[in-house]
Amino acid sequence: MMATVTTDTQLMATRTLVPPARRRIFTLKRFITPIVVVVILALLLWWVSSLELDSIEQRTLNWNYITLRIGEHLSLTVVASALVAVLAIPLGIATAKSPSKVFRSIVLALANIGQATPAVGVVILLAIVWQTGYTTALVALVIYAFLPVLRNTMIGIDQVDANVRESARGMGMTPMQVLTRIELPLAVPVILAGLRTALVFCVGVATIATFINAGGLGDMIVNGLKLQRYPVLVVGAVLVACIALLIDWVAGFVEDIVTPRGL
Amino acid sequence: MSDSTATRATTDAASADSTQSGVAITLDKVTKVYPGQETPAVDDFSMSVRPGELVMFVGPSGCGKTTTMKMINRIIEPSSGSIAIDGRDVLSLNPNELRRHIGYVIQQIGLFPHMTIAENIAVVPRLLGWSKQKIADRVDELLQTVQLDPGTFAARYPKQLSGGQQQRVGVARALAADPPVMLMDEPFGATDPITREKLQAEFLRLQESIGKTIIFVTHDFDEAIRLGDRIAVLSDRSQIEQFDTPANILSGPANDYVRSFIGQGAALKRLALIPVTDAKLKAASGASGVPSVPVEASLRDALDALVLAGVPAIDVVDGDGRAVGAVSVEAISEVLGAELPGVPPAGA
Repeated sequence: MMATVTTDTQLMATRTLVPPARRRIFTLKRFITPIVVVVILALLLWWVSSLELDSIEQRTLNWNYITLRIGEHLSLTVVASALVAVLAIPLGIATAKSPSKVFRSIVLALANIGQATPAVGVVILLAIVWQTGYTTALVALVIYAFLPVLRNTMIGIDQVDANVRESARGMGMTPMQVLTRIELPLAVPVILAGLRTALVFCVGVATIATFINAGGLGDMIVNGLKLQRYPVLVVGAVLVACIALLIDWVAGFVEDIVTPRGL
Repeated sequence: MSDSTATRATTDAASADSTQSGVAITLDKVTKVYPGQETPAVDDFSMSVRPGELVMFVGPSGCGKTTTMKMINRIIEPSSGSIAIDGRDVLSLNPNELRRHIGYVIQQIGLFPHMTIAENIAVVPRLLGWSKQKIADRVDELLQTVQLDPGTFAARYPKQLSGGQQQRVGVARALAADPPVMLMDEPFGATDPITREKLQAEFLRLQESIGKTIIFVTHDFDEAIRLGDRIAVLSDRSQIEQFDTPANILSGPANDYVRSFIGQGAALKRLALIPVTDAKLKAASGASGVPSVPVEASLRDALDALVLAGVPAIDVVDGDGRAVGAVSVEAISEVLGAELPGVPPAGA
């Protein structure tokens, strides 16, 4: 018995040397993306200011116009992603919990169709049968970005270790408590990864909102192309890329903060 | 090994006042048939377990021992039959409410990876609505019980612990709300032999003080002998081939199936269960420098020392080093011969 105690103390002694799990959030690597984005934007600004802009270019390449388009673009992206989160996460939970394989495959098939259909097609079809404008663009984006969040919610819940689930049940948790206290917290990283994908999808696809008069940076890209004003096109395209990078960066940041410790 | 012998003898006597000790469990004609299967997984299983008893279910994998155990807390619902804990029909209770009062430990432990050790242990007390202070005190107490320093471990996460430490947390978590009944499904199965032996010894010491009614499933017969007050040897469809004390099973296996389960060396396994003082001791030689065994050793320890020393008899010494007698190979054989099946073994 003495021997047991000694080994235990030794074990503890070695154990205390191990630092407790602390996720390092502020690392140098963390700031590479924003630094790159700032450098690209600075280069863009320097390049545009070195150009002689004609009247058409001046109409779009000014702060007022650009901030308006960025605002529209971000609004489309963020609102669509929020809607996707609100709709796809509960549906994903319901699907993961559903004992019916048929229900499961129907939901997945629908979400797959939503994503597989070319986004331009969805936007234009919706505009034809319904109306043009912001709301239609929003609906198209939601349809398009639905799948990653839905699928990740299902996978996130399915991948919870069966033993963890059984011991939760064996300790007397109700199915609802197992879901909210065990399964959802453990699924958080996977669900967030899906949301992150959805956000980045939305940034890209929001550019086609311009075809149905819903604004966004797509205006600049399309105008630049149609009027053969390449500085306008380039500024629009680079801004979209930078927004995608930054949104992905912010989402990654949030993901790391929200993921439960101990995982 | 001497540890286990001593523990078994005192299990029944131990009635700790701070903890709730065990209650009786009765299974009556319990059957489980899975839908779409012809043969039942558990067929007409009846058993009554006494309060504070540690009953081992031993059998090969797939024999239905785990299914039988899991019907007690209704993780698996029985198809027919009745199960009563402390006289109350389990099947009439709310299953979640029921499970909060039954400790449950599984082989893979199933600690919640996103909760600290303290939070893991606090799960059932929180479900039962205990006060924060009461929970905190209980967590500290339990971590000490399973020999983990609360200051070091309470705030850790499961992945920061070794397998053995995790298993102790699993036991602590199952004990959290002081349930009268514990169900353990190969709790030490996934640990290495050294850790397992240590956990077994600790577990026996713990059971000595808490006296829970425990159903313990294992496929390791040696573990069953070491830990169990009684062992149920199960074959296919969870049929009870023999249900008796370890000593009685070793000395009188009911049939060939049980015999095959005991394997080689039944006599040696039995010796490990019998204290050396059960043998007829001769006068001690008293000579110093002669090898000796402590008075609390088992006959197996004595035989081991005898073989090693190559002498006909060996002294048995008490705690102060005084020789109280000498044990010989003949005396050991005599004990084995005298302990016939049906005769209750000393200490049970």
